[in-house]
Amino acid sequence: MISFDLLVAICLVYVIFLFGVAFWAERRAARGQGGWLRSPAIYTLSLSVYCTAWTFYGAVGYAARSGLEFVTIYLGPTLILVGWWWTLRKLVRIAKTQRITSIADLVSSRYGKSNMLGVIVTLIAVVGTTPYIALQLQSVTLSFAVFAPDGVGPWRPTDLDSAALTVAVGLALFTVLFGTRNLDANERHHGVVTAIAVEAVVKLVALLAVGIFVVWGIAGGASAVLERIDTSGLSEMPILPGRWMALTFLAAAAILTLPRMFQVLVVENEDERHLATASWAFPAYLFLMSLFVVPIAVVGLAEMPAGSNPDLFVLTLPMAHGREGLATLAFLGGFSSATSMVIVAAIALSTMVSNHIVMPLFLHLTRSGATISGDVRKLVLRARRVSIGAVLFLGYLYYRLTGGSEALAAIGLISFAGVAQVLPALLGAVLWRGATRTGAITGLVAGFVVWAYTLFLPSFGEGAVMGARLLAEGPWGIGWLRPQALFGMAGLDPLVHAVVFSMAANVLVFVLVSLFDFPSPMERLQGAQFVNVFEHSTAAQGWSQGRAEAEDLLLMAQRILGAEDAQSLFQRAAVAQGLQGYLPEITPEFLQSLERILAGSVGAATAHAMVGQIVGRSSVSVEDLMRVADETAQMMEYSSQLEAKSEELARTARQLREANEKLTELSVQKDAFLSQISHELRTPMTSIRAFSEILMTGADLSSGEFRNYSRIIHEESLRLTRLLDDLLDLSVLENGQVTLNAQPVMLHDLIERAVVATARLQGGQGLMIHRDPEAERVELVTDGDRLSQVFINLISNAQKYCDAGAPELTIRVCRTDSAVAIDFIDNGSGIPQKSQAIIFEKFARLSDPRSAGGAGLGLAICREIMVRLGGSIVYLSAQGGAAFRLTLPLSLAEAA
Amino acid sequence: MGKHVLLIEDEPNIIEAIRFILSRDGWQVDTHSDGMTAFDRVGALRPDIVILDVMLPGRSGFDILRDIRADPELCALPVLMLTAKGQVKDREMAERMGVSRFMAKPFSNTEVLSSVRELTGG
Amino acid sequence: MARAPLFLARQGYRRRRLADMARLLPLFGLWVFLLPLLDADDGLDAALLIYLFSAWFILIAASALLARRLCADAQTGDAEGPRSR
Repeated sequence: MISFDLLVAICLVYVIFLFGVAFWAERRAARGQGGWLRSPAIYTLSLSVYCTAWTFYGAVGYAARSGLEFVTIYLGPTLILVGWWWTLRKLVRIAKTQRITSIADLVSSRYGKSNMLGVIVTLIAVVGTTPYIALQLQSVTLSFAVFAPDGVGPWRPTDLDSAALTVAVGLALFTVLFGTRNLDANERHHGVVTAIAVEAVVKLVALLAVGIFVVWGIAGGASAVLERIDTSGLSEMPILPGRWMALTFLAAAAILTLPRMFQVLVVENEDERHLATASWAFPAYLFLMSLFVVPIAVVGLAEMPAGSNPDLFVLTLPMAHGREGLATLAFLGGFSSATSMVIVAAIALSTMVSNHIVMPLFLHLTRSGATISGDVRKLVLRARRVSIGAVLFLGYLYYRLTGGSEALAAIGLISFAGVAQVLPALLGAVLWRGATRTGAITGLVAGFVVWAYTLFLPSFGEGAVMGARLLAEGPWGIGWLRPQALFGMAGLDPLVHAVVFSMAANVLVFVLVSLFDFPSPMERLQGAQFVNVFEHSTAAQGWSQGRAEAEDLLLMAQRILGAEDAQSLFQRAAVAQGLQGYLPEITPEFLQSLERILAGSVGAATAHAMVGQIVGRSSVSVEDLMRVADETAQMMEYSSQLEAKSEELARTARQLREANEKLTELSVQKDAFLSQISHELRTPMTSIRAFSEILMTGADLSSGEFRNYSRIIHEESLRLTRLLDDLLDLSVLENGQVTLNAQPVMLHDLIERAVVATARLQGGQGLMIHRDPEAERVELVTDGDRLSQVFINLISNAQKYCDAGAPELTIRVCRTDSAVAIDFIDNGSGIPQKSQAIIFEKFARLSDPRSAGGAGLGLAICREIMVRLGGSIVYLSAQGGAAFRLTLPLSLAEAA
Repeated sequence: MGKHVLLIEDEPNIIEAIRFILSRDGWQVDTHSDGMTAFDRVGALRPDIVILDVMLPGRSGFDILRDIRADPELCALPVLMLTAKGQVKDREMAERMGVSRFMAKPFSNTEVLSSVRELTGG
Repeated sequence: MARAPLFLARQGYRRRRLADMARLLPLFGLWVFLLPLLDADDGLDAALLIYLFSAWFILIAASALLARRLCADAQTGDAEGPRSR
């Protein structure tokens, strides 16, 4: 018989070995040599935290009591892993893109970063995990007891409680050391994971060794074992369909919702491809772990004395056959199973507790914001360490309270059923965009309450929490509310009963409330990003233009990430933005990435709240959300805006160029103005002076000459007067000093008057005028004199400048409801494109060889008149000649 | 004894005035009012003096003056330039081009007559 | 967002069917694991044990084959496959 002291020594050495492995792995990872530490094999082995002491010892006991049913606990996870393509792949991708730290974080993040949900899931997890930790402590102490017969060594069975306490403290120490070393959960716990992988190997080897020993060492071969099975008491234990299905379901749910499983399966996942390996390797591990369970149970039942605890067959069978080495190995296997579960569970729970309960409380209490004095990083780490201690203490307390008397399997199943309440919210989170925050909260609470009422509280035994009367007759004597027989369904197995009713209540409430609820924009956005994670693995909801100071953010980040990491992070961001210093611009992109990095340390909701406090808003506006929500639309919008902008720019540039050309030409015109006006005035004056001097000399002039020269003087002085009149006219029009005399007139009459006047001026030569008297019958209220002045100008322009062989002018009238358009189109060569812009300017007489007469003021006057009359005059290009269009309101009053 | 004037001018009334003034003094006055063909006319007629307006249809008086001064056979021909613009820079330009005399409109009849006489050595 | 093409090249088509198989495998597993319920009155015997573990083993083997194929295809770079970060 191996001495108890030796066992304790072996146990201590093993623990030190595990510490060494964890320490070594951390060192390697820190030096970047952790390549193979992150292999799919390590990942798969780390998943073995599913197999706790419950599996290692309890499965045999379970088989001995209930036959084949134990296997459902492994069939459920097998189905989930084999079906990784459905859910696990998605969970892992979501966790990566959203930097999820725990299952509570995932649920909270999906439902609009709701901290309320985080708290609820955390509480469920704590309540569901505590009995499980108690179970591990119990199994370790029980296994110690096997080696510590009465009165041997310093450890007596009465010291089992202190043994449990020692184990709990040791585990707390290990977890604090390797579980809270670094803050960013996404940096992962290399040391812990490696130690757990080692423990997984120990578990498997130990159980297989015991199994092989039992089958070939005791029973005498495989066929002999099969014969024994057929004749054993197990053959009288039929499969119960209800329990079989319920347990398979619970185990399947547990692998997704147990905090420790989520931790190793999703959070610690390094590479999605590892999942593909685990999809068959982990079921294979479970397969091997279960392979010898029935043989050990059957042989144990046959070989061991009646009344011995079947939960300990794995230990007691080798011991009974004097195989102490094997028994020690089995002990270490059981020890490994218990410790690895407790460590990972404590890490997962402490992350959840500190991120969803401690940090929000802290932020709430220090309303002033995350920049207040005190090191948040230290606070977070301390919160985690205290949480680890608290979780383990809770487990120990539960162990002491329940007295460690119950069968191991029962506690495990109660835990499973409790954490399975998270399943609807979790599946809804990743599969159904319609799932809402309120739905998730109410569903969770409903399921949890039913679970507690029908399974958890009764599990403490009659009289512990619920009185015997309550259990037998229901609250206040209401029979159909009996905890273990809701609606009178007393025939059901209590576990099946609890699972059916709690899940039904949970799903029903969750779905119905979600259907009738309307989610907030944040929920809708997160929902779309979670459910469609493969379509757009884009950023989480965004920060738009923040007013945060970079310093404030750096201060906060330093408190969470540590000064060095935070500063290098900010510097990298600044460099990426092309800045010199170490503070980046506070762009929405930067805020988003910062929030994600912080989320890795303190959870999405807390990170969002912290950044929100600094940036100056606790939530984003709907506009911001919508902007981020549909990136595609945003991009399209942006590019079309760009297009419009560049078009606008091009248009502006063109207008500027045109304006510039016009200005240049105008300045040339202005320059020419003086010499022009000088020329226009001096030319008639030259004739007047010359002939008046001739007349003054009085000499031998014939009467014909005399009359002719006098006429020239007269004509030229008229020309001079007309020029001065035009100049004055234009000046008056331009200064707006003109008074218009609006009267009802007939358009036809005005045109007629103008045609007659111009015909008289030019003696009616040449110009053929086409008109449409019918169309001209338009009654106008306007200044008829001014309008006919415009007509005369346009007709005489045609007379002067139309260079066609047989000049023709067409006057077209086109009437609309409130306006009339009059076109003057001749059949000449028109005005060159480049000159069209300046013809309405003063002295814009074109360098036309035939531009005799007129001072180039005509069209300028026309334009002024038309503007005064509430209309316009434009040059129509491409009309096959010079073409002017006058537009005019039918009534001058309407235009005013 | 040359008393032959070519008047290049497009205003009919001014042509009439100058023709009257000079022909009464015994000059043979030919007129031309198109800028484009004015230089050819000068070469063909070989007048003793040219009176040249600046603002001409088709071609400016300055261009015609330049052609005259560039032609070896005509370069010594006296040219009296008349302009209604009367700006200093026009006068300077004309003088640079070798104008014989530059007069602003409106001019005095006697001044025109005496200038023509002086320039032809009469 | 560009719409996925209606017809895929042969390789892409194969890959889709592989994913279909990956989705159907757990349903097959469920069927296999629930089958013993139809004859549940009998207790645990060697035959049932052998059936269950054989079925389990076949499921694991099928999953291993599928996972290997899916990963190999993912290496060639397809939109839907499991990818490394």
